[in-house]
Amino acid sequence: MSRITTVFDKLRQQNRKALIPFITAGDPEPALMVPLMHELVKAGADILELGVPFSDPMADGPTIQRSSERALKYGVGLKDVLSMVEEFRKDDTGTPVVLMGYANPVEAMGYETFAARAKASGIDGVLTVDYPPEESEEWVEHLNRQQIDAIFLLSPTTPQARVEQVAKMAQGYVYYVSLKGVTGAANLDLRDVADKLIRLRSRIPIPIGVGFGIRDSMAAKAVAELADAVVVGSRIIEEIENSAKENILTNVYRLVRSLRSAIDEAGSKH
Amino acid sequence: MKVYDLPDSRGHFGPYGGIFVAETLISALEDLRIQYDRYRNDADFQAEFAYELKHYVGRPSPIYHAKRWSEHLGGAQILLKREDLNHTGAHKINNAIGQALLARRMGKSRVIAETGAGQHGVASATVAARYGMKCIVYMGSVDVERQAANVYRMKLLGATVIPVESGSRTLKDALNEAMRDWVTNITDTFYIIGTVAGPHPYPMMVRDFQAIIGREAMTQMQEEYGRQPDALIACVGGGSNAIGLFYPYLDSAIRMIGVEAAGRGIESGQHAAALTQGRPGVLHGNRTYLIQDENGQIIETHSISAGLDYPGVGPEHAWLKDSNRAEYIGITDDQALEAFHALCHYEGIIPALESSHALAYAAQLAPTLARDKLLLVNLSGRGDKDMATVAQASDITF
Repeated sequence: MSRITTVFDKLRQQNRKALIPFITAGDPEPALMVPLMHELVKAGADILELGVPFSDPMADGPTIQRSSERALKYGVGLKDVLSMVEEFRKDDTGTPVVLMGYANPVEAMGYETFAARAKASGIDGVLTVDYPPEESEEWVEHLNRQQIDAIFLLSPTTPQARVEQVAKMAQGYVYYVSLKGVTGAANLDLRDVADKLIRLRSRIPIPIGVGFGIRDSMAAKAVAELADAVVVGSRIIEEIENSAKENILTNVYRLVRSLRSAIDEAGSKH
Repeated sequence: MKVYDLPDSRGHFGPYGGIFVAETLISALEDLRIQYDRYRNDADFQAEFAYELKHYVGRPSPIYHAKRWSEHLGGAQILLKREDLNHTGAHKINNAIGQALLARRMGKSRVIAETGAGQHGVASATVAARYGMKCIVYMGSVDVERQAANVYRMKLLGATVIPVESGSRTLKDALNEAMRDWVTNITDTFYIIGTVAGPHPYPMMVRDFQAIIGREAMTQMQEEYGRQPDALIACVGGGSNAIGLFYPYLDSAIRMIGVEAAGRGIESGQHAAALTQGRPGVLHGNRTYLIQDENGQIIETHSISAGLDYPGVGPEHAWLKDSNRAEYIGITDDQALEAFHALCHYEGIIPALESSHALAYAAQLAPTLARDKLLLVNLSGRGDKDMATVAQASDITF
């Protein structure tokens, strides 16, 4: 059983929901990455999503764009991200790590090489924003050969028929994009998320995580009442951005801790 | 003879093309595909499109024999397909009208566009004014600066121009920003992509709207010269004017040459020659040749012509290259400028810097061929927008 499934099974038994923080690998600087990952786990993260820096992050809002640009200034590429995870794994063999990014760095490395290296580095799942299921057959094959979960997105605009198709391919968890827009947007509509999740629930056999636009504890708690996992990205990156270097770990810890508490307050509905 | 019938139903040209976008855009693209499928064979739609092209754009654009220049070069005869004479001064308007007509039928009240040189932005602003739609144009801040006149034209036409400050602040970043707008305003917004790139159905749809160039040329060549040209030459950034000329000729054996921007020279690394120097990858919704580093990061490109300054290329060109149906070569900034001045001097025509790349290759090829050979060059746009750039290259300030 994959580390991701193990984590969700355990949480379900405890009637708790998963907290999945997202940070961009190499932001604000490569040396801080592994300590930051451990800090997130210490603060209560169940799964880590690591953004692979890309020159053209089309689905991201300004905050994650800036974080990607900061990492790229250090020349952080996919190979470096894998090394960071390998380093993290020396002290943490339990927390699942999911890579989230765009297709081209993977295309440049090649599917087979990437899957083998990702497995060796201790990656558990991969979400490639611009590989929809229709273009992913060969990609998923390569990931599965290495027992890596292929994670897919669903959005408010996904028609029902397509939900079934995505459900067939999705592994680990499904990432539901909570709004029409880019990451970090301010137009989250919780009632709409609730409506959509009720309909998704019956068709998706694996856990559903919700992300995009979850900016505070209140929203995190509300989403935790609806979904199996809460993904928070831009808000954490803002904290990194706005903190003096020596305070980053402390401030990020405090923020993630408060999100953790809010999520644990949510009454379990599922 | 095998009849050319690409792309397939999911937008693939061999291994290229496809739909590589985030989930939120999938249903909008599916909707666009269905609507386009319906209207591409709809007599009313096609009649309105043809009417607009004739009465608003001024088509057909003539084929002009550049006799003095050909004589000077001393070889094949150079013929120019005069897309520069279109309303707004370039081929971009053909596609903008097609997409605007589709947007109206789909009930979209707001159109967005990305632009590099500003020609597609101007074309989009123009059709938005013509049909009473709200228009937002995304343009890299570097391009806003070097194409100030076109920015003002768009504003005069009622469009809002948003300078894009992310990444390299050029065309690719304008495209990223337009995609972000579209994903946010997907219900009421139609994205008018200006070139034969992006996710399916855009490369096919833009090609179809631009194919009027090649269809007219076929008829005109037969009528005026009694035969078809020996070669077709067009510049390639994203590649819409080139595919517009090439597409109707794909089932023939006529030689086709796409001319990319070699910028300051291929060896300088400062160029925009995706097909000849790039590697396949995924960007902006499709798989195609890209200028990228070993980590798959897109590299900043350079061309004196903003319209060719793009790290990718339409997926159909990627396929035409791999299948050897078309040839692709590079022309430097300096070579393009030389051809620019030659056309001014010998023919009294000021060409766009983009088109000057195609002219420069024609000038290389013509002297190697007999005088009875015919080269048809797509003069895709006029050069008025490039006055400042050309003056600067000659160290002249106004």
